[in-house]
Amino acid sequence: MSSAGSIAHAFAEAVQWVSDLAIPLLIAGILVSAALKKVPVYDEFVRGAKEGIATSLRILPFLLAMFIAIGVLRSSGALELAMHAVSPVLRVVKVPPEVAPLAVIRPISGTGSLSYLAELLSQYGPDSLIGRMASTIQGSCDTTLYIVTVYFGAVGVRRVRHAVWVGLLADLVGFIAAVVVCRLVFG
Amino acid sequence: MMNVIWLVLIAAGIAVAGVTGSFSAVSSEIMESCKAAVEFAIGITGALMMWSGLMQVASASGLTKTLARALSPVVRALFPSVPPNHRALSHISLAMSANILGLGNAATPLGLKAMEELQKLNRRKDTASDAMCTLLAITTSSITVVPTTVIAMRSMAGSSNPCEIIGTTLVATACSTGAALLADRLFRGKSKGSRTRIER
Repeated sequence: MSSAGSIAHAFAEAVQWVSDLAIPLLIAGILVSAALKKVPVYDEFVRGAKEGIATSLRILPFLLAMFIAIGVLRSSGALELAMHAVSPVLRVVKVPPEVAPLAVIRPISGTGSLSYLAELLSQYGPDSLIGRMASTIQGSCDTTLYIVTVYFGAVGVRRVRHAVWVGLLADLVGFIAAVVVCRLVFG
Repeated sequence: MMNVIWLVLIAAGIAVAGVTGSFSAVSSEIMESCKAAVEFAIGITGALMMWSGLMQVASASGLTKTLARALSPVVRALFPSVPPNHRALSHISLAMSANILGLGNAATPLGLKAMEELQKLNRRKDTASDAMCTLLAITTSSITVVPTTVIAMRSMAGSSNPCEIIGTTLVATACSTGAALLADRLFRGKSKGSRTRIER
């Protein structure tokens, strides 16, 4: 392995290390700083945790509705159809056809797009242009439909106003920016 | 809005199933989805409870107030409708930090706490407030410094440099966050007009 490669790996390990450390340190920091201020940490933790049960019960009906809709789309072949429909359009703006389906799956299903990314990584290799582009897209867009459903469901808001369109627009901009930036940097 | 989207997703799926003749796959998938939704909700309950508990400890010790004060220039500019010392600001700050660091498991529970605080300030409980729409815009587009999951997948796939997509992801998410905030501002006035209309 080249020395540049091993430096890159050391950096990857450092990033992994920091992200492993972040949550334990955050938890310890919150608890210790509260204890120093004589807060009864155990009592307060349990009191707060009780609220968490209510939240998860509240989001369940909304999750169920969205899971059913996505299940129907996937199993009927409608999602695949949409993926095929969108590829030629995106090819006009120089999006590789292999990557184009992510534009459809990413906002709808997080696990769906992750498994599609895994497929691309194993088929074309993580260091190919397609692999790098797909990775950047996965990190740059979000499962907007799921976030809108869960966030508004949790507080009982039924009229979501412009939030859905803003989220989907953000996904589209993230997708296009990822393709353009990857072409510039890695192309 | 969600009424139309949900109906279209399901109707389109079933219409396609009619053409492709995949009704049996669809009906078994519906049952599977029901199970998956419950499993997902149960799965996330533990994390929700833990973060709710920790946030309770942090707010009892005054830590969340300190954090909100430190991040307040940015968050307050983004959420002008939230009173300066309100708890919602500290929850929003934490949720944003988790998103930036790519900590998906922490981001959702913290974001939900922020939504609950914003709902307390909301005058019409069934309608999204301006601040809620801004929070959603930031969450769905979030600037990401460390896309943790993607780096892990690239590393597993044998990449010689799993982290090389950090820079491109940062630039792409900066673009999407900028677009989301701009669109949020532009649409805000328009959807306010539709607020008074009676819908159903």
